[in-house]
Amino acid sequence: MIGWRWDFTLSILPRLLEATLNTLLAAGMGYAIAMVLGLIFALGQRTPIKPLTFILREFIEFIRSTPLVLQIFFVFYVGPQFGIRLSPWTAGMIAIGLHYAAYLSEVYRGALNAVPRGQWEAATSLNLSMRQTYGRIIIPQALPHAIAGMGNYLVGIFKDTPMLSVIGVAELMHTANAIGAENYRFLEPFTMVGIIFLVISLPTAALVRLFETWLRRKLGMIR
Amino acid sequence: MTAKPLADYPLELSGPDAPMVRFRNVTKRYGDLTVLDSLNLDVAEGEMVTIIGPSGSGKTTVLRMLMTLEPIDGGVIYVDGRPLTHMPGQGGLIRADARHLRRERANIGMCFQHFNLFPHMTALENCMEGPVQVLGLSKQDARERGEELLEMVGMADKRDEHPARLSGGQQQRVAIARALAMRPKVMLFDEVTSALDPEVTGEVTSVIRNLVGAHNLTMLMVTHQMGFARDISDRVCFFYDGRIEEQGTPDELFDNPQQERTQQFLSAVNEAF
Repeated sequence: MIGWRWDFTLSILPRLLEATLNTLLAAGMGYAIAMVLGLIFALGQRTPIKPLTFILREFIEFIRSTPLVLQIFFVFYVGPQFGIRLSPWTAGMIAIGLHYAAYLSEVYRGALNAVPRGQWEAATSLNLSMRQTYGRIIIPQALPHAIAGMGNYLVGIFKDTPMLSVIGVAELMHTANAIGAENYRFLEPFTMVGIIFLVISLPTAALVRLFETWLRRKLGMIR
Repeated sequence: MTAKPLADYPLELSGPDAPMVRFRNVTKRYGDLTVLDSLNLDVAEGEMVTIIGPSGSGKTTVLRMLMTLEPIDGGVIYVDGRPLTHMPGQGGLIRADARHLRRERANIGMCFQHFNLFPHMTALENCMEGPVQVLGLSKQDARERGEELLEMVGMADKRDEHPARLSGGQQQRVAIARALAMRPKVMLFDEVTSALDPEVTGEVTSVIRNLVGAHNLTMLMVTHQMGFARDISDRVCFFYDGRIEEQGTPDELFDNPQQERTQQFLSAVNEAF
């Protein structure tokens, strides 16, 4: 049992890589949901409708203050009691999408607040509508402020996808665990999972930084 | 509301004497602080009125209320014969809704102390944004209009630069072109040279100078440059403590101020330069 076995490592690699695709899919879909929902949460908090901003604020605090695993369990196991029966994938995407939407909405909120008030006033003086002001003036300028935080949570959601294994989503961790149980060897599968995560996370973080610089330059915000 | 009930305000101003801009008993408060106290001010079509006074006297607030950046707490503002801050309702004028504000503020353009150009757009794109998005001009027409105005303010060769690559004076000239591209009837200049280095204020003031008398544009300007105010204004208003302390032609106000506070302010300003 002691010692690294290369033949075993190679033999399990195809299954692990296949599961990596599922992990990437889960992270990508979850993040897409989180990006859109997060923007809705952030913009909703900026409306003058007091009950709405209050509910959103409390909801976001609630999500940020409770564990992701609990939220995943909740959507998957408590839903059926109310007649909402979801597949592991659907439940997982809802839970992780909502979870990261709460965090991303805070990133958006800070980024939107970072746009100077003078930009709003200039937009008003040109008589732009609220939608045009957000879409063409405020959000494009907020984006560079948001990229770093968004990048952190992109890596974060990717690293949190193993939590979906608790409800049986066949992502990387779930597959590695299964391989280990089948072969009574956990060293190689779990080590490979770590390496695969590392190999994807590190360049992603670097790419985000490059993207941020590119975006700032494209928007003419650095010389 | 302590001012006159809004039923007493006319629903529109008409006749040959109707001013382009009318402030009627306009009051503005921030909490307990009354910034403007029942202001009455008329500006005729094509007139250039300059507002001077110590900081905190409510000068900038006058322009910001006219641009609808600040709501007012009492009175009514009229622009081009129609109420701006209010609209006709049952039994008189009622507070304007967003739609009314949007329609009526189309008459007004503004230039800011800190330019407030859109940093993610080039000089030309800044000038095209309003005409394309709000006025519905084709990109081609908006580009022609923008290029013409940038030419007028001497910025044609910088039209493809982003604001970050322009000096303060250049940014302010683009901002003037951007505001003019909306073809406003009233232009507001809020301390447009205050954030500039002294040696480049001239490039901005000369642009404004050229606007005076052109296109029958009505202008309100807040400035600390007394020489400039004197040169180009039809009328100068000295604000003190939320009221117009004294007003008159530049010659009257600068050479022969009647009020003690005006005299004090002008002599203090003269000493500083």
